[in-house]
Amino acid sequence: MEIKIVRKVLDVNEKMAQENREMFSEKGVFVLNVMSSPGSGKTTILEKTISSIMSEINCAVIVGDICTTNDAERLAGTGAPVVQVNTDEFGGDCHLAAHVIENATRNIDLDSVHLLIVENVGNLVCPAEFDIGEDARVVVLSVTEGEDKPLKYPLMFRVCDAALLNKTDLLPYLDYNRESAIDNILQIHPDMPIFEISATKSEGFGPWIDWIKNRLKEKLNRSPFK
Amino acid sequence: MKIWAVSDDFAPRCLKMHEMGIAMQIVEMSIASIPEEMKNVQVERVNLKVGKLAAVIPGSLRFCFDIVAKDTPLSGAKLHIEEIPVIVKCNECNKESVIKELSFKCGACSSGSIEILSGRELDIESIEIADG
Repeated sequence: MEIKIVRKVLDVNEKMAQENREMFSEKGVFVLNVMSSPGSGKTTILEKTISSIMSEINCAVIVGDICTTNDAERLAGTGAPVVQVNTDEFGGDCHLAAHVIENATRNIDLDSVHLLIVENVGNLVCPAEFDIGEDARVVVLSVTEGEDKPLKYPLMFRVCDAALLNKTDLLPYLDYNRESAIDNILQIHPDMPIFEISATKSEGFGPWIDWIKNRLKEKLNRSPFK
Repeated sequence: MKIWAVSDDFAPRCLKMHEMGIAMQIVEMSIASIPEEMKNVQVERVNLKVGKLAAVIPGSLRFCFDIVAKDTPLSGAKLHIEEIPVIVKCNECNKESVIKELSFKCGACSSGSIEILSGRELDIESIEIADG
């Protein structure tokens, strides 16, 4: 005997994500989900990004890691409110889910935030599947990772709205085919905006910051923000 | 500056394998679909639709499912996975095409302006219960 169910397995997460989305819209908050494999430079990128825009845009951050508050401590140095989520004291969830984001936001005064950045757990697989109620998603790829990463993780590059190619200051010292990496990204996601940056050298941030500001203007329907 | 550290101790544990959390959801949703008057039945099969683009490895999912299903009405049940192809619709020429290789362009006009119609599914379609 067959019993029909016909439901998405991630139904519960999707419903929670939609509730998050409505809450963020009501509060006038733009949410940016930043994803990558571990070690690509997300935290440094966000340190520099937040420091650059904080005078105009009120930022807050939710950081996801399996263990430690190291990244949150670094980001707190920018002056932005930071919430660290540890998915398990001894190693656990490899992504942030919508209910986790909702819980974390209870520690942030969203009424005074324009931009909420979520630094997701370092992982190119699972975070791509979990809607958290964000307005935009970006993936960070570094030049120390291999040009074919986009082909190996097509879902991540497909669902993201922009890509950051980081650590470009190392290109002179690497046998890295930058054109191939860009071609591979565009093969998976034609016309995807790609921002080539060096977070450690603070190079290339202009277009990336402009992209963020334009996305904020589109959602919040105003500029300046403060 | 205060840092709020929040521990995620109320979520299903992923246990370091993405598919474990998904398997737990499948078992939970399957059990919830069994009518109250049939609660002592044995589920023989769970039918899933998994898109080719979904971040799920079927072998890992089956492995995790067997673990999670133990000591439940789904113990020993087979996980049947129907793999759904990636089908896109072109915003330029309106044609639909199947993405077979990792190149997300319209098969008819090569435009990159496409919409994914299928291939991201992670759906539980039905369960099959032993007769008698």
